[in-house]
Amino acid sequence: MALLSHTSHEFEAELRQLKGRLLAMGGRCEQMIIWAVSALEEQNVQLAEDVMRADRQMNEDEMAVDEMAMRMLALRQPVGRDLRFAITAVKVVTDLERIGDEAVNLAERASELAARGSLPAPTKRLSEMAMLSKNMLRHALDSFVEEDADKARQVLEEDDEVDAIYGEILRGSIAFMRADPSAIEDGMRVSNCAKYVERIGDHATNIAEMVIFLVDGVDVRHGGKT
Amino acid sequence: MQLPRTVKMQTRGVNIFYGETQAIKGVDLDIYDKTVTAFIGPSGCGKSTFLRALNRMNDTIEACRVKGDIQLDGYNVYGKGVDPVEVRRRVGMVFQKSNPFPKSIFENVAFGLRIAGMKDKDEVAQRVEESLKGAALWDELKDRLLESALGLSGGQQQRLCIARTLAVRPDVILMDEPTSALDPIATARIEELLRELKQKYTIVIVTHSMQQAARVSDSTAFFYMGELIEYGDTETMFTRPSQKKTEEYITGRFG
Repeated sequence: MALLSHTSHEFEAELRQLKGRLLAMGGRCEQMIIWAVSALEEQNVQLAEDVMRADRQMNEDEMAVDEMAMRMLALRQPVGRDLRFAITAVKVVTDLERIGDEAVNLAERASELAARGSLPAPTKRLSEMAMLSKNMLRHALDSFVEEDADKARQVLEEDDEVDAIYGEILRGSIAFMRADPSAIEDGMRVSNCAKYVERIGDHATNIAEMVIFLVDGVDVRHGGKT
Repeated sequence: MQLPRTVKMQTRGVNIFYGETQAIKGVDLDIYDKTVTAFIGPSGCGKSTFLRALNRMNDTIEACRVKGDIQLDGYNVYGKGVDPVEVRRRVGMVFQKSNPFPKSIFENVAFGLRIAGMKDKDEVAQRVEESLKGAALWDELKDRLLESALGLSGGQQQRLCIARTLAVRPDVILMDEPTSALDPIATARIEELLRELKQKYTIVIVTHSMQQAARVSDSTAFFYMGELIEYGDTETMFTRPSQKKTEEYITGRFG
């Protein structure tokens, strides 16, 4: 449901600016995930450092978005969809910032594992899982750009596959550590990486849920309101 | 969500014309007892016309015709043999511009009682006090009752007009932009008063301030080009209205 543009051009510009900032953060999140996974696959410490640098920008963006949303609430007193947008912005920015943090965690484990030489066997499906999570984020952001609740609902479905692979990697890591107790540290690293990626999928789900709230005005979190 | 509400006034298929022009088109609306109902919509949407139809204020406009059914407590307000003066006693009205008479504060409030033929001095005095208390003016004005009402501030004058309405013990009070000429503090006083008044009265308010509608009303009706576009709980209307037109209006996209 596309609305007419706002009578106040200034307010319209503020809404667009806020959305733009969130989308820029989303794009940076995707890049950070790609770098972190490449750092792991290629055992590339340099890429891991790039992720950490990008995260500092994420933190600044988070504060800027909060500031913009608070200013909008105070000065514009938005209602209806504009109110839902301001609330959505404040929630989505938190999820994006956390995704950035998970990418940093992933990059840190990648740096540690780089010292090992070859990657432990259970990491086999980790890249695939990370790409699925990254795609969830992509689709959630697309649904936000297009304000398309149906697209957002599809993201919620995608999380199942990420969770399934997470279970698989976790079981693989446990078997790996059981077989070679001297490799427990690396096994923990791998299972943690899987956890980080799984969390990224959860944050993407949260974003999609907020898009449904923004567009349809319904709260679908936790099974929705009864 | 809340207890079942009693319908105080009900309109069905209300059409209002000014000569050939149709100002209100087929409005069905239930106004609930002891609540505040706000009418919002852009200028010329028909909200004031519709408000005035509720107590037959439009009767005085020759070119104006009201069709359809408007009921107060189940009785047709426009029924045969119904006295419009009695309708207006039960459904009082407060206007945008406060309009005290050039008389004393006391006489302003007593005016409706005198018209109604109340003679007993004590009874009149008691009713004036009750009304001024009801309008949160008694403490401010009890020692100035014989002073001219024209010496009061704008906010006090408006509350005096509310007291004047209360004096005849109405059921419903219609307010047409009652605070649009007042400063924010005087506005806040009236809004606070509405909260108290709705314990005893049913209030319908036309307002151009959407924030005011959001602050004071329980239900909100959105009118656009003579039609009732959406009517619902105020909270829902201002957080997730179901109609696109409502969403566009409340978010300031037109109007």
